[in-house]
Amino acid sequence: MVEATQSAYAPALTSVIPWRRGRIARVLRRRSTIAFFMCLPLLTVIGGLVVYPALYAINLATLNKAMTKHIGFDNFAFLFTRETFWMVVSQSAIFALTAVFFKALIGLITAHLVNNLPAKGQRKWRGMLLVPWVMPLSLSTLGWWWMFDPTYSAFNWLLALFGIGKVAWLSDPYWARFSVILDNVWYGAPFFLIMYLAALRSVPTDLYEAASIDGANAWQKFVHITLPMMQSIISITVLFSLIVTFANFDIIWVMTQGGPRDMTHIFATWAFKLGIQSGDIPLGASVSLFMFPILGISAIFILRGVAKRSREMQ
Amino acid sequence: MLRTSINRRTLLKTTALATASVVAAPYIRGAHAAGKLSLGVWDHWVPGANDNMNKLCKEWGEKNKVEVQIDYITSVGDKDMITATAESQAGAGHDIMTHRSWQIVVHRRMLEPLDEVMASLEKQGGPANEIANYLAMVDGHWYGIPTCTGSQVKPCCSRVDLYKQHCGIDLQAMFPAGDNRDKALIDSWNWDLYLSSAEKLMKAGFPVGNPLGQTSDAIDWVGALFRSHGVVAIDEKDNIKISSDATRQVLEYMKKFTPQMPPEVYAWDDAGNNRWLISGKGAGIMNPPSAWVVANRDNPSVGAQCWTHDMPRGPAGRFVGHLPIFFGLWKFSQNKEAAKDLIRFLSEKDQARKFVAASSGYDLPSFKSYYDFDTWKEAGPPKGSVYNYPPRGDEQVSIAGYPARPDVAAQVYNSAVMVNMVSRVTQGGESIESAIKWAERELEGYLRA
Repeated sequence: MVEATQSAYAPALTSVIPWRRGRIARVLRRRSTIAFFMCLPLLTVIGGLVVYPALYAINLATLNKAMTKHIGFDNFAFLFTRETFWMVVSQSAIFALTAVFFKALIGLITAHLVNNLPAKGQRKWRGMLLVPWVMPLSLSTLGWWWMFDPTYSAFNWLLALFGIGKVAWLSDPYWARFSVILDNVWYGAPFFLIMYLAALRSVPTDLYEAASIDGANAWQKFVHITLPMMQSIISITVLFSLIVTFANFDIIWVMTQGGPRDMTHIFATWAFKLGIQSGDIPLGASVSLFMFPILGISAIFILRGVAKRSREMQ
Repeated sequence: MLRTSINRRTLLKTTALATASVVAAPYIRGAHAAGKLSLGVWDHWVPGANDNMNKLCKEWGEKNKVEVQIDYITSVGDKDMITATAESQAGAGHDIMTHRSWQIVVHRRMLEPLDEVMASLEKQGGPANEIANYLAMVDGHWYGIPTCTGSQVKPCCSRVDLYKQHCGIDLQAMFPAGDNRDKALIDSWNWDLYLSSAEKLMKAGFPVGNPLGQTSDAIDWVGALFRSHGVVAIDEKDNIKISSDATRQVLEYMKKFTPQMPPEVYAWDDAGNNRWLISGKGAGIMNPPSAWVVANRDNPSVGAQCWTHDMPRGPAGRFVGHLPIFFGLWKFSQNKEAAKDLIRFLSEKDQARKFVAASSGYDLPSFKSYYDFDTWKEAGPPKGSVYNYPPRGDEQVSIAGYPARPDVAAQVYNSAVMVNMVSRVTQGGESIESAIKWAERELEGYLRA
């Protein structure tokens, strides 16, 4: 019976199989398919190290304190009622926005300075200015901590040489905020420098020549040529830096551990304190995810703006 | 088709052959016949202390034919906690891990009860101290065994010469390195005397230095101060009790005491007070003997003047901050019986003696009957400097957050609520009532289900 059935369908199968084989071969020969397979290892890595942990964190944030049942967004609702949480939100915003502003400003100024250096020595300066960014952050922060050390601060020693009294760099909450922001600016400014330097190099020199003929001064050239030409790269670097600075952990943890009086805690350090040290993993996950939608939406708008400008320039 | 049939004769023949082979063949017990065990152990900062752990595990492994592998995990950056959390979430990793103080409660759902191990140890050494019970016994079961290695208390470590010269207090006579304590002298060592001597030492240019930052040294001494005045943040029944006369009394005390310390104490981490003592600038700190050990190495003239002794007494008693470390056995361990036996072995008195010796007296067992080890009597200079490190006399161990439910108290402790209250009043200029109200709101949040 089985044999009879097979023979009855045999002609149909023989006509279908070559067609399918041909279709598969065509799909495999497509450039997009090859590209997909070549990207597959990277996609697997991203899936394993980015997507899965992100989904896992979202799952954790919806659990109750004992991690026995899902409670939806109750953890977030609870956080909104906490005074310390709002203090952490404001501190994170102060930390990230101030640090990114100064990183961008210093990066822009330094990029112009380096760009105007004679070509001979420029490479050395570029290399030296990149050192803070290529050093392991926790190591460089330890160096800063020694300079700000509550008892044996190197800065205070220098100030004492000029007869200036001790500054409570890490003991006073406001000086502590200043110190951690300064460290972050020192670390992050070279990233802006290198990006802006690359952008400056890509501005066509004939634009400046034309402006000079029209009688534009240096400031007018900067405002009307340099800045518009760099707008996309400025947007992208600011976005990248905002995301990374909001998620910073090392600097605060090494220098202040969130103190004094919790006044230097930012999202990551407070999430660590709640989740790992105090054992409330769901609440810690909720704190760390709080900025995710805000940064996600900002990223969409900024990247849309960049894409729009790119289309306009083409 | 191949068909086999078993008849009575074949069955008997096969069974006989099998039995004969089992009886006749020699049983070869391999070097690791009883399997493997992996340990994730706190990386001790006293040089040589890890070697002792290696030696003891090797000795037990050879005797029991178990291959023991040890990974030392530092507590710097809380890497030990992160590792334990990752293993708990993954359900895979070491068989045995050491867990600091609150972490037994945090991971209890993934830990194997160890009641029979504890019963055997208590039979030998008597009951473990109150804080070990509080932290490791959940719903009547022991989920962690207090280990000697790394466990500590944080009593006073003071400069004998400076206290004698500037305050007229002979700490060696008050806290002798033997059982000949004078009760009247000991009773006189209270928070009032501590304050008045701190004032004199400040005037002399050698202030005491106790941290008021966010780390455990700050939380522990402030926690002990609050408890010695009878302050309860949250009680066993989830009642918030921070608003009390005792709390007001402590905060008033701290308004007088904090100006007697260097202003940078608000930023000190756990090493800040050690450095203060070792530098020779400070007259006293509250710390395990690690500061004294390093002083003897780096600044011997200071080390030779250090004397570890009891905390000051308050209206509700004399308390010292205690941070025990526990052995925990993961539920996913594949060799639980061997693991339990190893934990038992490492926690017995003979092994505890070796741990204490290897750590120059830093490691503190949770069993009071273990406090007769020679190391504490003999270690020096000065000889007997750490004799009073284990709580003797009326000193009791304590942990900030007690007696709240441990999962709630863990947040009270780690959020440094009491230290923050002190900082708000003494540094931030807030009123005592405002600081208490802030603490009440914070504590209310820790009680969430």
